[in-house]
Amino acid sequence: MIRAASKAGLSAMLVVPLTGCGGNWQSALDVYGSAAISLKHLIILIVAVCSVVWMLVMIALIAALWRNRDARSSSPEPGRERRMTMAVIGAVVATVLIISTFTVMSFIATRALTVASQDDLTVRVRGLQWWWGLEYVGPDPSHRFETANEIHIPVGRNVRLQLEGLDVIHSFWVPSLAGKQDLVPGRPNELTIRVERAGVYRGQCAEFCGMQHAHMALLVIAEPQEDFDKWATAQRQVATPPTDEEAAAGLRTFLTKPCAACHTVRGTAAAGTTGPDLTHVGSRRTIASGMFETTRGSLAAWIADPQTIKPGNNMPLVPLTPDELRAVSAYLASLK
Amino acid sequence: MNRPATAPDTHDTDIARTRLTSALAKTWKTPPGFWGALTTVDHKIIGRRYIFTAFVFLALGGVLAALMRLQLAQPEARLIGPDRYNQIFTMHGANMMFLFAVPVMEAVAVYLVPLMVGTRNIAFPRLNAFSYWIYLAGGALLWTAFALDMGPDVGWFAYVPLSGPQYGAGKRADIWAQMITFTELSALAIAVELVVTIFKQRAPGMTLDRIPVFVWAMLVTSFLVIMAMPAVMIASTGLILDRLVGTHFYNPAEGGDVLLWQHLFWFFGHPEVYIIFLPAAGMVSTMIEPFARRPAFGYLGLVMALIATGILAFGLWVHHMFVAGLPRLGDSFFTASSMAIAVPAGIQMFCWLATLWDGRPVFKTPLLFIMGFIVTFVIGGLTGVMVASVPFDTQVHDTYFVVAHFHYVLIGGAVFPLLGAVHYWFPKLTGRMMSETLGRWSFWLIIVGFNATFFPMHILGLEGMPRRIYTYQPDLPWHGLNVFVSLSSIVLTIGFLLFFINVFRSARFGEVAPDNPWDAPTLEWATTSPPPSYNFPRIPVVGSLHPLWDDRDTLPVADGLRTDRRELIVTTLASAGPQAREASPRNSIWPLLAAVATTIMLIWSIFSPWAVVWGSIPIAVALIGWFWPKGTPEDES
Repeated sequence: MIRAASKAGLSAMLVVPLTGCGGNWQSALDVYGSAAISLKHLIILIVAVCSVVWMLVMIALIAALWRNRDARSSSPEPGRERRMTMAVIGAVVATVLIISTFTVMSFIATRALTVASQDDLTVRVRGLQWWWGLEYVGPDPSHRFETANEIHIPVGRNVRLQLEGLDVIHSFWVPSLAGKQDLVPGRPNELTIRVERAGVYRGQCAEFCGMQHAHMALLVIAEPQEDFDKWATAQRQVATPPTDEEAAAGLRTFLTKPCAACHTVRGTAAAGTTGPDLTHVGSRRTIASGMFETTRGSLAAWIADPQTIKPGNNMPLVPLTPDELRAVSAYLASLK
Repeated sequence: MNRPATAPDTHDTDIARTRLTSALAKTWKTPPGFWGALTTVDHKIIGRRYIFTAFVFLALGGVLAALMRLQLAQPEARLIGPDRYNQIFTMHGANMMFLFAVPVMEAVAVYLVPLMVGTRNIAFPRLNAFSYWIYLAGGALLWTAFALDMGPDVGWFAYVPLSGPQYGAGKRADIWAQMITFTELSALAIAVELVVTIFKQRAPGMTLDRIPVFVWAMLVTSFLVIMAMPAVMIASTGLILDRLVGTHFYNPAEGGDVLLWQHLFWFFGHPEVYIIFLPAAGMVSTMIEPFARRPAFGYLGLVMALIATGILAFGLWVHHMFVAGLPRLGDSFFTASSMAIAVPAGIQMFCWLATLWDGRPVFKTPLLFIMGFIVTFVIGGLTGVMVASVPFDTQVHDTYFVVAHFHYVLIGGAVFPLLGAVHYWFPKLTGRMMSETLGRWSFWLIIVGFNATFFPMHILGLEGMPRRIYTYQPDLPWHGLNVFVSLSSIVLTIGFLLFFINVFRSARFGEVAPDNPWDAPTLEWATTSPPPSYNFPRIPVVGSLHPLWDDRDTLPVADGLRTDRRELIVTTLASAGPQAREASPRNSIWPLLAAVATTIMLIWSIFSPWAVVWGSIPIAVALIGWFWPKGTPEDES
C-alpha cells in the first residue's frame, strides 16, 4: 500500500508541464493547422447565430409569460388566432432558412477540407492499446523508419496521415491542427494536416478504446524543413552503441530480459514488435504516450512498475535488481 | 350499442350507481396481499410499479454520476481506478437509457393512456404484466453484475471490436448485450399494447382529431419502438454469437465489419432519442393547456410535428459516425436530414410559445418545469444543429461538448417535462397533491444546478477534453472547470433529493386531491383520484378534443357493457364508432412464470448456447398455461 502510494506520488511529481517549452495544448479554439483554423471560423459563426436564436426564444418566452400574468379572463380578440398562426409560420420559415444556410456552409467547408492536394509526406499512424505506432514512408524505401507517439512534420507542408486501428477503434485528434478521424480496424482512413507555425501540438485518442483510453496522447512537432530533415535523418540511423559502462550493462540487460521480446532497438538483436520502437526513445519528449517527460528518472519509474502508473497497459512488470534498473534506464535515455 | 337480452344485473344498463360500482369492483379488483400483487394485470398497478422502479434506477444512475464527478474533480485522481470507472460510465449510460428513460416514458403511458382514451384496461394486460417482470429482471441482472465487479465496461453503445470476443474479456459485454434483450423485449411488448389500445379501445366519439397530444406522442413513439428495437436486437444477438459461438459478424479478419455494428446500433440508437423525447413533448403539449388556461395552439401542427419527427428519426443515424471514415457526400446527406429535424422541433416550440402568449399562465410547479424545459431544451436543440454539421462535428465528436449536448436534450428535453408530469399527475395516481413549496425549491435547485453542471462541459469539449476518460493530466487546462462542474453537481443532487422527499412526503401527508385539481380537459380527470380498478363506472362518450371543458356538467356515457365479466368497448380506428364488446383477461400468475422462464433462458444463454434449446421448454410450458382456457366468463367471447 505504502509502495503504491509512493509510486503514485512519484508519478505525479514526474509530470512536467510541457507548456513551458513552447507547446500548445489541445484546443479547438487555439488553432494553428489550416484545417482547424477554418473549422474555428465555422464554429464561431454557427455558435453566434445559435446564440441569437436562443436569446430570441427567451425573449418570446418571458414576454409570453409576463403579458398576461394577472389576467383574470381572456378577452376574445378577433383575428388573434390568425396573427398567431402567421407568427408561427414565420418562425418556422426562419428556422428553415437558418438550417439550410448551415447545411450549405457545412457542405462547402467539408469540400474545402477534403480537396485533393499534393502531399509532401506520408506517415502511417497505427492505433494500438494504448499508444501510437508511426511509420514514415517515402518514395525511397531506404527512407522508411518507425517511431512512436511523436509525429514530426515540416512547417507549411501537407502531411498525409494513413490511419489504421490495429486492435480496437481509436480516433486521431489533434484539435489545434484538424478535426478528428477514426482509426478503424479493417478500414484504413486518411487525414491531411498542414501547420503554418512551428510548435508542439498535443492530441489524444478520442474514441473510447479500453482501460487506458485516458492515457493515449501524442505530440505533433512542427518544425522548419531543415530541422525536420535533420530529425528524419537521425531517426533513420540505427541506435548508437553505448559508450559508457553503465549503458552497456543496460543494453545487456535489455537483451537478456524480456524487454527485447516486445521492443525493437534497431542495430541490436532486439526486434520485438508488440511495443513501441525504442531505437531513439531518448530523443522523444515523452514516454508512455504522453504521460511523462522523458528523463532517466521517469524511464526508471516506468520500467519499475508500469502497472501502477498506467493500470491495465500491456507492459508487464519485469523484475529487475536496482542495478539493472539503473543501467537499463541509463541505456534507454542514451538512445537519442 | 346493441343490448343482448341477458339478465339486467349483469349489464350496466338501468342499474343504480352503487350497485354498478360494486359489481364492477368485484369483477375488476386485484385481490389484496402478495398473491394479488403477483397476479395482477391492472394497468394502473403495473404502471405505478413501472414508474417507481424506473425512478429507483434514476437514483442509482445519479449515484454513479456523482462518483464520476468526484473522480474528475482532481487531475490524476486515484479515487476510482480505470477498470471501475469504465464500468461506472457504461453503467450510467446503459442504466439511464435502457432502464430509466425509455421505460419511464412507457410506464407513464401504461398508466395514463387507457385513462386518457377512456377504457378499462390496456390491451393485452397479461403481456403488460409479463413486460414489467422482464424489465425488472433485466435491471436486476445489470446491477447484480455491477455489484459483482462484472458490470459492462465497453460504453453504452458497446462498439466492437472492444466489446468483441478478443478485447472484451470475461462476461461483461455479454451481460450488457443480454440486458438489451430484456429491456427491448419489455419495450416492444408495451409498444404493441399501446398501439392496439390507442387504435381500438378509444372511447366512443374520440375521433383521430380528438385524441390528446400525449396519446398521439405515445402512438408515434410505439411505432418507433416497433421499428427501431429490432435493429439493436439483431446487433446484440450478432455480438453474443460472435462472443459465444465464434461467428464473425464483426471480425474484419474474417470478412466481418466493425462498422456494421455502428450502423445497426445507431439505426436503433438515434430513434431511441426520440423514443425518449416524443413522450416528453406530448406531456408538455398536454400539461400546457390547464396552466395556460387555453387549448394548445396548433393541434394539427403539434401532431404532424410528432409524426414528422418519427419519420425523420430513421434518416439520421449516420451523424453518429461522421468521423468513422464514410464517404463525405453521404455524410452531407445526413447533415441535411439531421438539420431538418429542427423544423418539427421548432414547430412544437413555437406552438407552445404561442399557447403561453395567448394564455393566462398559472405559475404552479408543472408550468415551472415547462419553462425550464423550454430554456434548456432550446440549447440542446441548437447544439444538436451544431453537431449535425459534419465539419463542426469533427472537432466536438466524442468530447465533453457532446456530453453537454445530449444531457441538455435528455435532461432538459425529457426529464424536466417528466418531473413536471410527476407533479401534474401525482394527484391522479395517489389521490394526494404534491407540495408546491418543495416543488418550487426543487425546481430552482435542479434548473440552476443542471445548467451550472452541464453548460461548462461545452467549453471543456472545445478545449479538447474527450469523453469517457477516467482522468486527465494536471498540465491540461481543464482542472478549474471540472472542479466547478463537480461542485455544481452537488446543487443538482440536492434538487433531486428534494424532489424525492416531496414525492414520499406528499404520498403520505399530502393534501387530499379532488378528481380534477388543475381543471384539466382530458378524460383521466373525469374519474376519481386515484381511479377505481375499472377506471370509469360507465365509459365516457367524447364530443370534442377537450371533453371536460366542453361538457363541464355531465359527460355523456355509453352503456351496455356486462358487469359480471371484464369487458370493454372496441371502437373503429378513425371515427371511434362502437364496434364490439371485447373481453379483457383476468388476473393470472402465468405472465410471472413465463417471465421467470424467459429470464432463466436469457441469463443461461450468456454461458451456453444450449440454453436456447433447453431453456425454451419451460417457456413453452408457461405460455401453454398462459393461454389455456380456464372456463371464466371472459373465455366466452
